[in-house]
Amino acid sequence: MLAAGTIFLQTTNFIDACYIVAFGLMIYGMSGLTGPRTAVRGNQTAAVGMAVAVIATLLRKGEFHGSATVWLIVAGVVIGAVIGVPAARNVKMTAMPQMVALFNGVGGGAVALIAWVEYRHAFTHGGGSPWALRVMIFELFGAIVGSISFWGSGIAFGKLQEILPGRPIKLPGRAQSVLNLVLLVAAVGSAVVLCAGTHSQLLFIVGILVVAAALGNMLVLPIGGADMPVVISLLNAFTGLSAAATGVALSNPVMIVAGMIVGASGTILTDQMAKAMNRSVPAIVAGGFGGAVAAPAAGAGQTEGQTVRSTSAADVAIQLSYARQVVVAPGYGMAVAQAQHAVRELERALEAKGVEVKYAIHPVAGRMPGHMNVLLAEADVPYDLLREMDDINPEFSRTDVTLVIGANDVTNPAANNEPGSPIYGMPILEVDRSAAVIVLKRSMASGFAGIDNPLFYDPKTSLLFGDAKASVSEITSEVQAL
Amino acid sequence: MDSLVIDIAVLVLAGFVGFAVISKVPNTLHTPLMSGTNAIHGIVVLGGLLLMSEANGILEQIVLVIAVAFGTINVVGGFLVTDRMLGMFKSKPDPVTAEPDDAKDPEAAA
Repeated sequence: MLAAGTIFLQTTNFIDACYIVAFGLMIYGMSGLTGPRTAVRGNQTAAVGMAVAVIATLLRKGEFHGSATVWLIVAGVVIGAVIGVPAARNVKMTAMPQMVALFNGVGGGAVALIAWVEYRHAFTHGGGSPWALRVMIFELFGAIVGSISFWGSGIAFGKLQEILPGRPIKLPGRAQSVLNLVLLVAAVGSAVVLCAGTHSQLLFIVGILVVAAALGNMLVLPIGGADMPVVISLLNAFTGLSAAATGVALSNPVMIVAGMIVGASGTILTDQMAKAMNRSVPAIVAGGFGGAVAAPAAGAGQTEGQTVRSTSAADVAIQLSYARQVVVAPGYGMAVAQAQHAVRELERALEAKGVEVKYAIHPVAGRMPGHMNVLLAEADVPYDLLREMDDINPEFSRTDVTLVIGANDVTNPAANNEPGSPIYGMPILEVDRSAAVIVLKRSMASGFAGIDNPLFYDPKTSLLFGDAKASVSEITSEVQAL
Repeated sequence: MDSLVIDIAVLVLAGFVGFAVISKVPNTLHTPLMSGTNAIHGIVVLGGLLLMSEANGILEQIVLVIAVAFGTINVVGGFLVTDRMLGMFKSKPDPVTAEPDDAKDPEAAA
């Protein structure tokens, strides 16, 4: 009886049925993630789908063939869980972008490693047959893209964690694009040679994995931190596509569907972000992500010699307390300084004095789409105070004081009125339309895009230098003392 | 039909499903969405599990253990981080709907 049950569970039909249930749950879960009410349930549904897929795979007949297999699988899962669970539990909300980059990278790494083992198998089990050749195209695609994603995500992590400098690192002129193109051609060329029937593991390792690794580094190193959201999103889509390719090579439906959904959604996200920055995805990819790099010289020249007005926390407190409407425009500086709770307190103190406070959320403020929303949600800021760019822009003309906290490029009026500026045409928060602007900054350093901001030299702008959290707390106590 | 053709058909259709399901996400949920889809491509862990029993020699075994560990980090970490992020959105009382008041009134009347 028990044996009969076990045999039923091991049948291919049952396992395939589980796979269909699994990807059904994942798709349903993802559709839940599109609304705030259903999002938590959606994420959990997708996780259940994932668990079903894993369990079904482990049920497979012959899965534990060989005495060591079970222990190797346990070892892999335990190592992964021991690293992944505490990392996910303890990461600060401000460090979320790098965490996503890291999780994305290891996924790509897994694809590349699996492709390597598959490649070795293609030769031990009847290499050179047409079947192996057709599958190999997908394996090699997975290997190249997975490797790019692994190394690219590593660089993105390094930049966001500030292990690497955030500014673009690139070869002069067109050399970078040429080098990237050469690397791409080398990887694709190696893949073609391998598909043509050459059996060479050395070529696989050097021509595919190493070249793709170099390409991953070369693609992301020249990108400034301001473009990191686009990069992470793009690499996320890459990993999804490589997972789908591995699924085709292994003829596993759930891997194909899950990987492809990620590939599609990542592409949409990348496209939306690129649009918000007034660029096109193909241009970003072809240009080696270098679009904004040549900028600083042009911007700096125009603002050189102009003076800025610095102010004190006490003055800011007075300005804010006697305003009717205050708009807070947060940026990455707020995330770095962990100032979201302090900002929430300031908002409460101002509301107690009858000041109306709203938050202006630029779609690419911070380093990930929705970054500001997550931070402010953590600080219990009510939803209805968060206004998206299109809603808040008409309101700036009715705003007495706009408080810019660690945001730079997303408030740069050069995007509207300096056709020569590299960010010209990018939609911005039109903070310069409000009656007065107060900018909280650490120093006069330019933003992540490396472009000077004429907003700082505007006569109605005053700057409060210092750590954003300390400054906001100081303003709050001054407001409460008034 | 050839199984490879079926697999590619599934690939193409899944792409359209992905576009259809995800194309209308509010800005607010972009970060959790990215994180959630990130967890889903951890499905590659299946590749490691499928190949483990066929591993020849210590090199392939080590490579696959690393691959399974990477995939597990991707899946477990991804879903947990997404859940934490979404938890913060959920914990707040929703100021838009007046549901709580409506729900309380009949009780008060009773």
